[in-house]
Amino acid sequence: MTERGMKACGLQPMTERLWGILIDSFPKILLPGLKMTLPLTVLAFSLAMCIAVVTALIQFARVRVLTPLARLYIWVIRGTPLLVQLFVVFYGLPSLGVVLDAFPAAVMVFAVNEGAYCAETLRGALESIPRGQMEAGYCVGMSYGQVMRRIVLPQALKAAFPALSNSLIAMVKNTSLAANITVMEMFMATQRIVARTYEPLALYLEVALIYLMFSTLLTWLQRWGERRLASKGGGAHA
Amino acid sequence: MLEVRHLSKRFRDIPALSDISLTVERGDVTAVIGPSGSGKTTLLRCMNFLETADSGELTFKGKTVDLHRVSRKDMAAIRRNTGFVFQSFNLFANKTALQNVTEGLTIVRHLNAETAKEIALHTLDRVGMRDRADHYPSQLSGGQQQRVAIARAMAANPDIIYFDEPTSSLDPELIGEVLSVMRDLASSGMTMLVVTHEMRFARDVSNHVIFMDAGRILEENDSSTFFASPRETRAQAFLNSLHNS
Repeated sequence: MTERGMKACGLQPMTERLWGILIDSFPKILLPGLKMTLPLTVLAFSLAMCIAVVTALIQFARVRVLTPLARLYIWVIRGTPLLVQLFVVFYGLPSLGVVLDAFPAAVMVFAVNEGAYCAETLRGALESIPRGQMEAGYCVGMSYGQVMRRIVLPQALKAAFPALSNSLIAMVKNTSLAANITVMEMFMATQRIVARTYEPLALYLEVALIYLMFSTLLTWLQRWGERRLASKGGGAHA
Repeated sequence: MLEVRHLSKRFRDIPALSDISLTVERGDVTAVIGPSGSGKTTLLRCMNFLETADSGELTFKGKTVDLHRVSRKDMAAIRRNTGFVFQSFNLFANKTALQNVTEGLTIVRHLNAETAKEIALHTLDRVGMRDRADHYPSQLSGGQQQRVAIARAMAANPDIIYFDEPTSSLDPELIGEVLSVMRDLASSGMTMLVVTHEMRFARDVSNHVIFMDAGRILEENDSSTFFASPRETRAQAFLNSLHNS
């Protein structure tokens, strides 16, 4: 691109000033990433997994009353935008007297949201485990709980692992939405620096790069986890 | 040792089992034979509560339970003392051959890990699978998986082992190894109730035959008498059809 072309697009050639801003802002973006984005993701995803396991097990066992409730939960959560859910909880609930701090509100919304998706992933995985193995468990005298805990769940979690990793990576990026409810995470930190320096392209690319770093790290973790799981069993495909 | 009385079961409107009664004595090897869909498998499954019978009683070692309404405790007690071998093996895919056998010993019988391992290795040895103890089911052939499944059923030293068409999903060349394990088991005095299509096994190994058709027991007889001269015309026709095929 020629210099004129760059100007036409609103681009400036890289200058020393720009490098200065990028280097200067890197820790200022990364730090909220480590202090907010990561804890938010870890907390919310852990909670989401708990919600997902319970919701999936309820449906798998076809527990009366609770199964339709689980379906209702999944239907509502999957059918509405995450951003809207954040706004309802953070800006909406105060009019009912429920006032939450931004961070706990975000953790809650992300957990409940991701829980619905992961519950479906897990339910599918649970149902992919041949029923015969459960029957074999009963026949050696195991209870339903023992069969689930020792035979079915380990295999289901393994089968669901790649899809759940997907959800985790998606969540890291979705946490940027929390900026909209005043959580001081990476994206909001970036917006503030942009407001000061007027270098939106460079800075938003920079934060994108940091998200990419986080995601790459998680992708490696996923590979490592999959290798470990594979070495621990002959595969769920038997 | 074991007695079933008036067991009936229907799937929706189709009667699967009608008024089945049978007795098994300790040391009996009973072959349950008959055409496909005659209810043989359903009978075994009802006897181990994998299916719920509509009515009927089971007396096991002197204790009688209602097959339609059995308490969890009675069910667990009976299952602990019976083994079940499935047509499709149903090994726990996340456990090695050894762990498949120890699982019931440690989790259900609360044996310590060392004792369980010792028993399991000994049992795997009896089915010729000791050298594959650390293999996962997906690393074993069908015949090997079924032998491990038999070891799993044997390990808890049950009073009876039910076999549900144990060779029906095996390649022909793998059937022999499983039958030979079952033959050894029978000659060791294990009580066995075997649903099978292997007529030679039924004739050579079992001492008792139950012939079923359309959800009823048509004939119950000594194995030698049955194969020499079946009473029922349906049984005669069934045996003839096998001979001619």
